[in-house]
Amino acid sequence: MPIAHEFEYVKPETIEEAVGILDKHGSSAHVLAGGTDIVPGLRDGLITPGLVVDIKGIAGLAGIECEGDVLRVGALATFTDLVESELIRKSAPLLYEMAMTVASVGVRNRATIVGNICSAVPSCDSGPVLLVLDASVHVMGPSGKRVVPITEWFTGPKATALGSAAIVTSVSLPVPPKAHGAAYVKLGRYRGEDLAQASVAVLALPDNEYRVAFGAVAPTTVRAPGIEELLRGKVMDEALIGDAKRLVANETAPIADIRASREYREHMLPIMFERGLRAAVARLAGDGPAYGARLI
Amino acid sequence: MKNTITLNVNGEGRSVDVDPNETLLEVLRERLGIKSPKIGCERGDCGSCTVLLDGRSVRSCLILAVEADGSDIVTIEGLSKDGPTELQQAFIENNSFQCGFCAPGVVLAATELLARNPSPTEDEVKEAISGNLCRCTGYDPIVKAVLEVGGKGGGGQNG
Repeated sequence: MPIAHEFEYVKPETIEEAVGILDKHGSSAHVLAGGTDIVPGLRDGLITPGLVVDIKGIAGLAGIECEGDVLRVGALATFTDLVESELIRKSAPLLYEMAMTVASVGVRNRATIVGNICSAVPSCDSGPVLLVLDASVHVMGPSGKRVVPITEWFTGPKATALGSAAIVTSVSLPVPPKAHGAAYVKLGRYRGEDLAQASVAVLALPDNEYRVAFGAVAPTTVRAPGIEELLRGKVMDEALIGDAKRLVANETAPIADIRASREYREHMLPIMFERGLRAAVARLAGDGPAYGARLI
Repeated sequence: MKNTITLNVNGEGRSVDVDPNETLLEVLRERLGIKSPKIGCERGDCGSCTVLLDGRSVRSCLILAVEADGSDIVTIEGLSKDGPTELQQAFIENNSFQCGFCAPGVVLAATELLARNPSPTEDEVKEAISGNLCRCTGYDPIVKAVLEVGGKGGGGQNG
């Protein structure tokens, strides 16, 4: 089915030019990067922009780089870029593990991690991972640059703190300490091309410090402060894992939708959390499964 | 407003006037007469519209034609200009396809894999084609053919 909606297309070459165009056209302009969410949205009539602003011509938005102890992922970096980046594999392999679960190669070759958090569906794979990595979202708007902590980014289903006429230029995160373990566990109906029915990201740091986040089981992807608090400073053992699993229900509020029932999500979440926690702890100790291994 | 775009399609420069709401898939099929990319799900799930864009497999149903201006596109018509590639020959010998609807997408996805990773493992082959749905074969003869070519350390190119 062709796209029935008609619109104009523009491809600015600088971020200032792009922001100027967005400012002038207001809500009738829509930013385009990888297009893997936007083109189906145009086809289904979910978005009806008068103008599509392609940001792929803007220099400086591509690439993944490390500056000191900060890792920066540009707005045009695709999930394939994350999968193939030596820097990511070495410094933040959780991003690799997450990227490998996103759709399929043909989609990952276009879809961007920044586009994923701008679409901001509750099942987005990037959300839980960026939450445990304490990422920051870098925004350029008419009044200049802003930095939004990822914990304040997601404001509702498909809603973010982006603001009008603004563009996300990158996400950054403090490089995790060399000794860390992490895991991303994604439940889907099949591998390759499914959104998460539920997901969990776990980061295990030295000195028994943990971060936990969930996806697809609340209106936005969410951190789990109650679980983090329980685990903080304690040596991991079976009793503690059992206690932490019992807290999962307090930290999530799954609903029934087209991909899974509420009951199925409630049943699977503690299991996924336990597997993620065990994998992260084992990886911290240096004897866990390789990143990208199937955890569920 | 029409935009004039230039594509290098299967080694030939093509210039075409497109509306911004035309997808690359529509322009390839309806304007340029290249019918190997198929119209399937039209939402990026099935992989039947796969083409190689600057060497990467992409969903041509998820790309606006205007976005592809200046890019290099390879479809099955270009890949097998001089006869079947080694990979395509392996697909033939393994009877890898029945109806053939998914075949162009699978061939291109596997070609991309072998170009980047000449000797993939079985898991890597499955991962590479996981976004290309085949409703006939159960995938076994497809995976086997790619592994055969990979086992020889060969790529997806002619010769």
